[in-house]
Amino acid sequence: MKTTLTVNGETHELDIDPRVTLLDALRHHLNLTGSKKGCDHGQCGACTVLVNGRRINSCLALAVMHDTDEITTVEGIGTPENLSPLQSAFVRHDGYQCGYCTPGQIVSARGMLSEFRQGWPSHVSDSLTEAPDFTDAEIRERMSGNLCRCSAYPGIVRAIRDAAPEETDGKEAAE
Amino acid sequence: MKPFDYIRAETPADAMRADARIIAGGTNLLDLMKLQVETPSTLVDVTRLGMTEIERAENSTRIGALVTNSDLAADPTIRQRYPMLSRALLAGASGQLRNKATTGGNLLQRTRCPYFTDISQPCNKREPGSGCRAQGGYTRLHAILGASEHCIATHPSDMAVAMRALDARVEIESNDGATRILTFDEFYNLPGDTPEKETNLAPGELIVAVHLPDPPAGRQTYRKVRDRSSYAFALVSMAAAVAVEQGRIASAAMAFGGVAHRPWRSPDAEAALVGREPSAELFDEAADILLADARGQGGNDFKIPLTRRVVKAVLTELTGA
Repeated sequence: MKTTLTVNGETHELDIDPRVTLLDALRHHLNLTGSKKGCDHGQCGACTVLVNGRRINSCLALAVMHDTDEITTVEGIGTPENLSPLQSAFVRHDGYQCGYCTPGQIVSARGMLSEFRQGWPSHVSDSLTEAPDFTDAEIRERMSGNLCRCSAYPGIVRAIRDAAPEETDGKEAAE
Repeated sequence: MKPFDYIRAETPADAMRADARIIAGGTNLLDLMKLQVETPSTLVDVTRLGMTEIERAENSTRIGALVTNSDLAADPTIRQRYPMLSRALLAGASGQLRNKATTGGNLLQRTRCPYFTDISQPCNKREPGSGCRAQGGYTRLHAILGASEHCIATHPSDMAVAMRALDARVEIESNDGATRILTFDEFYNLPGDTPEKETNLAPGELIVAVHLPDPPAGRQTYRKVRDRSSYAFALVSMAAAVAVEQGRIASAAMAFGGVAHRPWRSPDAEAALVGREPSAELFDEAADILLADARGQGGNDFKIPLTRRVVKAVLTELTGA
């Protein structure tokens, strides 16, 4: 089935089986292997991408359902020569060990920070009506959809906290 | 995944085909299709049909079926007037899943009973008449209320529990042009001898919205007890609204998750609270009524005392007793 995906600002025309997940389209059809396949069931978060500015699990999405959507993968967040603030903070704070969950952590953190800046409450927010404080408890709760089997969580939380003030893609999660 | 025909609905009528399996967020359905628990032959994508508005009307709020769980939880009206619903949504799943999961899809999500999701096992819900291996097996997540000899599965939603406490109704359109509006108890079935028939949604029907009446009087909350503090299904959850006037309970609404095949409510337990002074003894009395017919399966026996403790904790919090 003919499908147009805009990935990291570049438009791609694909002709794919409707069973192909967005994750497999990115990895196998577009050779963007930054997004990882961990559990393939929406439980680990390694496949997290942004769709129209919002983070989702790309393993639980059909590529054909995202025709004409704008997708951002970790490759669109920074490059080895030009790391984003989140990426360099993960390096600085040892926010990984094996690194397999890291792209998902970084993309998820980008989406999470956008949600936070819009004042979305979380399960651990004391108030639903006042802007939440940017505490470690908030970061942990909001990042609970990203697992790290090496358990690098302390470094991940520090990295996100440190990068938060500078990390923005200039546009917030779509309304 | 088994092959299927993919149709992108351009109009609601496209989605009301009798043979359609509807996909919206897909977070539960695609998971089950990968496991071949679900093997639809025709998948109809409804995500381009709009239905993403939250509209405030006189005496009610109408939530479009495709409003995402994230948008619903963050909506200013929901946060201010229906805080138990925001809290329930935020207690469910993860940020990524809430961004995709929809209101209609959340209502229709399937049980996480591990025997239902394992196609090598018999399951009356997946394959009617094949048996229930959960009974006598691993039952930590299973029902203590309203179960049958054919099925002891629980409904996994947090959102639906809060909506049940709020007396929400489901707006359904059908391919013959009719619209019907069902209460949650009309919409959801108990397992009985047809556990595969989870709802009264008929082929050719489409959920288009959920209606919330004006919020109940008093304070609201949602309490969820689970095996880890985030991103896990409820062992027991409770959505409640309680109003206290002149030292007595004026009204009480309580719905429970993790304990039954559908969000559970006990009108008798609520009635027992009304007109009485809040106290630990009174809350125990309400829990006695709620749990009078509760039955454990072994691995979930703990849910009976746990539900009682949740009732007492939530009512204490809401009444200040």
